[in-house]
Amino acid sequence: MSASERVGGQVANYVDERTGAAKWLKKNLTKVFPDHWSFMLGEIALYSFIILLLSGVFLTFWFDPSQREVLYEGTYQPLSGLKMSAAYVSTLHISFDIRGGLLMRQIHHWAALLFMTAIVAHLLRVFFTGAYRKPREFNWIIGVGLLTLGIVEGFLGYSLPDDLLSGTGIRIAEAIIQAMPVIGSYLAFFAFGGAFPGDTFIPRIFTVHVLLLPGIFLALITVHLMLVWYQKHTQYPGPGRTEKNVVGYPLMPIYMAKAGGFFFIVFGVIALLSALASINPIWLYGPYTPGQISAGSQPDWYMGWLDGLVRMAPPIETHAFGHTISWNILVPGLIVPGILFTGMALYPFIESWFTGDKREHQLLDRPRNAPNRTALGAMSLTFIIITILNGGNDIIATHFSLTINQIMWFSRIGIFLLPPLAYVITKRLCLSLQRADRDLVEHGRETGRLMMTAEGEFIEVHEPISKEKAWMLTQHEQLTALEHVTEDEHGIRNPKTMGGKLRARLSRADAEQIQKPGGDSHKEIDSY
Amino acid sequence: MSHELEPITDPGLPDHVHRAADTDPVAEKRAERQVAILFALSAIGTILFIASYIYIPTTEFIFLPVLGSTNAHELFLGLGLGLSLLFIGLGAVHWAKTLMPDNEIIAERHVMRSEDVDRKGFVDTVKEGAAASGLGRRSLIKRSLGLSLGLSALTPLLFLRDLGPLPKKQLETTNWKTGTRLVTDPGDRAIKASDLEVGAVAQVLPQLLTGEERTLSNIGKDAVLLIRLRPEEFELSPERLSWTYEGIIAFSKICSHMGCAVALYEQQTKHLLCPCHQSTFDVPRAAKVIFGPSARPLPQLAITVDSEGYLIAQKPFSEPVGPSFWERSS
Amino acid sequence: MKRLSRYRRHRFAGPVLLVFALFMIGTTFSVASATTQKSASTLVRSAAIDEGRQIFLKGCSSCHGLNAEGGSIAPSLIGVGAAAVDFQVGTGRMPMADMSVQAMRKQPAYTPDEVAALAKYVASLSPGPAIPTQDVVNYERDGNTAQGGELFRTNCAMCHNFAGQGGALSQGKFAPSLMSSEPVQIYEAMILGPQSMPVFSDKVITPAEKLSIIKWIKATQSEPAHGGASLGRVGPVTEGLLIWTLGLGLLIGIAVWLATKAR
Repeated sequence: MSASERVGGQVANYVDERTGAAKWLKKNLTKVFPDHWSFMLGEIALYSFIILLLSGVFLTFWFDPSQREVLYEGTYQPLSGLKMSAAYVSTLHISFDIRGGLLMRQIHHWAALLFMTAIVAHLLRVFFTGAYRKPREFNWIIGVGLLTLGIVEGFLGYSLPDDLLSGTGIRIAEAIIQAMPVIGSYLAFFAFGGAFPGDTFIPRIFTVHVLLLPGIFLALITVHLMLVWYQKHTQYPGPGRTEKNVVGYPLMPIYMAKAGGFFFIVFGVIALLSALASINPIWLYGPYTPGQISAGSQPDWYMGWLDGLVRMAPPIETHAFGHTISWNILVPGLIVPGILFTGMALYPFIESWFTGDKREHQLLDRPRNAPNRTALGAMSLTFIIITILNGGNDIIATHFSLTINQIMWFSRIGIFLLPPLAYVITKRLCLSLQRADRDLVEHGRETGRLMMTAEGEFIEVHEPISKEKAWMLTQHEQLTALEHVTEDEHGIRNPKTMGGKLRARLSRADAEQIQKPGGDSHKEIDSY
Repeated sequence: MSHELEPITDPGLPDHVHRAADTDPVAEKRAERQVAILFALSAIGTILFIASYIYIPTTEFIFLPVLGSTNAHELFLGLGLGLSLLFIGLGAVHWAKTLMPDNEIIAERHVMRSEDVDRKGFVDTVKEGAAASGLGRRSLIKRSLGLSLGLSALTPLLFLRDLGPLPKKQLETTNWKTGTRLVTDPGDRAIKASDLEVGAVAQVLPQLLTGEERTLSNIGKDAVLLIRLRPEEFELSPERLSWTYEGIIAFSKICSHMGCAVALYEQQTKHLLCPCHQSTFDVPRAAKVIFGPSARPLPQLAITVDSEGYLIAQKPFSEPVGPSFWERSS
Repeated sequence: MKRLSRYRRHRFAGPVLLVFALFMIGTTFSVASATTQKSASTLVRSAAIDEGRQIFLKGCSSCHGLNAEGGSIAPSLIGVGAAAVDFQVGTGRMPMADMSVQAMRKQPAYTPDEVAALAKYVASLSPGPAIPTQDVVNYERDGNTAQGGELFRTNCAMCHNFAGQGGALSQGKFAPSLMSSEPVQIYEAMILGPQSMPVFSDKVITPAEKLSIIKWIKATQSEPAHGGASLGRVGPVTEGLLIWTLGLGLLIGIAVWLATKAR
């Protein structure tokens, strides 16, 4: 036994005698993780979060969360001698006087953008493959919660430097709070310690940004990961992969090296991006004052959809009985986002309601094999993309020689027309892909070789596809539409209930599939 | 061509295919060397980082294509850090891919649902516990506990009361009073009507009385935009026309939609545009909304001149400025 | 003129005008290059005015009228002053290339001498703002960068963006980028209010303050990228675009490599 083995053994013995960790570790170090690039999206988000914690701590060493008015006399000459808040001055100090400070600010901001981007990409992967189905509904809801908190956290974060652009964003947030019926102006005055902007919101959002929300993030991310660990990862269908097993590589050493290495890769890419591309140049924006504004004032991209919705809202307010209700703010600022996020959080339950499928699912769907879901996803995505485009309509207008009015009207009409269109197109696309799969299984693949028949006709030689491929294309099950949903428990048709009708309609839409070859479903899904 | 299909069954996990590095010692050596090179590149990145930190002054700029003139200190610090981290990661992954065993392992899943006996045991435990506490029987305790918990939930609300003052009339009022002079922002100079040519604009604030400080909260509701048109270009009601002075019209600069500074004046079309959400206001028609999400015109400030010829407010704003709120009556 | 203007929205109006403008530029240039030699010998003020008038008749009168009295598609130039000519023609905005919503900055059609002659001619019609002299626009001496930045953010940034990159106005109009603007032109624009831009009177923004704004714009034109590529200085839109394309794209590429079996 070598010296290092002996020391290692002693340490392990010391720890295990006090914690009993060996049993747990023995089992879990060989835990199997399936390998697929799309499973790394969530990891990108996780690693961005760790990078955010590290870089964020660095920034707090110098950041002064105060709106105390000071005269700037620092290194950055174009602002020298102007009055501004201490928060802004300290951000200038980090950017221009602390070695690596600007780099760290840019790492923090790029990591925040990547965090949100990876969360959304991860969410899309989970949605389009049906990974949120039983038993993973809780994790889906936690994920939606993390996305929502991420939007808030990001917004508060970029508001901290108290620059002209972020101050404008805070002004708009204040207007949304103020627009709430009955409690709006009270809430706004409590949040800002008086009339906007006051001198308290930077210290307040600082505490929320560095303590409250990161604490909630840590708790939610821990639960999210523990559930992934405990429920084991989903896997894509394929030969040898069933609902009852998980095929992949063990944590020790493969996954440790890959996942650990990927953390360094994500950090490295963010650091390179931060070295090469400027982000949030607050010294150009100038300090915040409510009397100033810049052309093209936009939020970060993950708020862009909200800004786009607000821009396209029709100019409607109700004035009655001495009160005002601003529909032009409430609808795009609170009601539509509320519906979007509630609908998103509840989607697993909605789907299982209209499919009647209450079983566990460990194998992921290929998006084409769930045409209704894929089309619903494409529809929602189209909605969001239109709002984001409208959120940047002024930048698009100047860079593509369009007018903001054209883009606005395109969005106002398109927001109603294009999502349903996306649904129809996506569904047809999925069905034709299913048809192509069916052809492939039934007739084999085209070889490109031509052969002349005895009658003198040319035909292309087809070769049967491999067993593995054939299984891959046919392993999915195809649910039939629920028949009973318009009937009550006595078998009496009751087509009048709205819910029943909707359920039957959605169920029928979900069951529209191209009959797969090879007879009945071969998928083994028994209720355990 | 179509033939009867056999029922398709799961062929099972494909056979393991060996990698080059598994069978060929040369390939294995090569892979090992590649991993080592990647780790060595990372070390070079770290050295670049340290060298940049020590030797490149923070004021040094370097001209690069695409980037333009950029700060050399931050650039090389970031490149060093990025390469140092990236190559550690690439090395680790390459190592795992080429040299660590790549046999796929099959692990069985366990069912999430607990065994029936455990579920029953759990229910029994809960029932026993509830019975032992007597919560079901002792309704007096149950109700009084409910009351005390419910009431104690109010305490956070009270604790948060001092976050801010009540709005009172603050949203309805500004610092514009009868006779307040209009002064330039920035600069604080009073202006005369003759100072503005036709087509000219001026960003103004109310003149401060001696000893007063201008806070951002004041600017947030006091900011006003002056625009001079030809008097015949106005399409105003007689009352609103009397609020103008020799073609000079004054509007609150705080958008009636969400409070951004609406100061984007297009001289030819005489439109005011808010850069935040693109509400467009028609100046000759008392800032009537002609496009975008805002539902109300910008509040107009009645102006005139004092005995010395300086522009002053005739009276305070006749309506609240800025975004709407519940208590707003019009 | 009335009859002509009826066709200005005709679909061939643009191309026809373009051809016409090109023809005019070509002929003016040949005439002008011939006349410069002449004016070199007779450096009399009236001669310059006369030369300006000749240029005007060839290049401008078709829209602005034979005596600069204006027409149905172009305003009168009587009383606009030399500064307006220097700005509009000196930045290439006039003559207009087509009848779009606004005149674009482009390569000037005339040499500086010709622009000066044209300016003298227009100024001779009726007094108007003169071209500010180099002494007036001595922003290096009389300007204050930081103060200029504050003035810029209050008075200019809402259209020209926080870093002078320009921005969208309504109906397809736009505030141009200031990144290649010359001090005299910026000064002229502020006192004239060309096209959509309002006028900034000397009592509202004093000449000294105007120079501060110019000094800040000049500083911003040469502002280095402190933290790498500036991404156009248009705010978070390009940042979002970059993270979705390059950032996430690169990482997905690496993830694909990571999850592929080695051979």
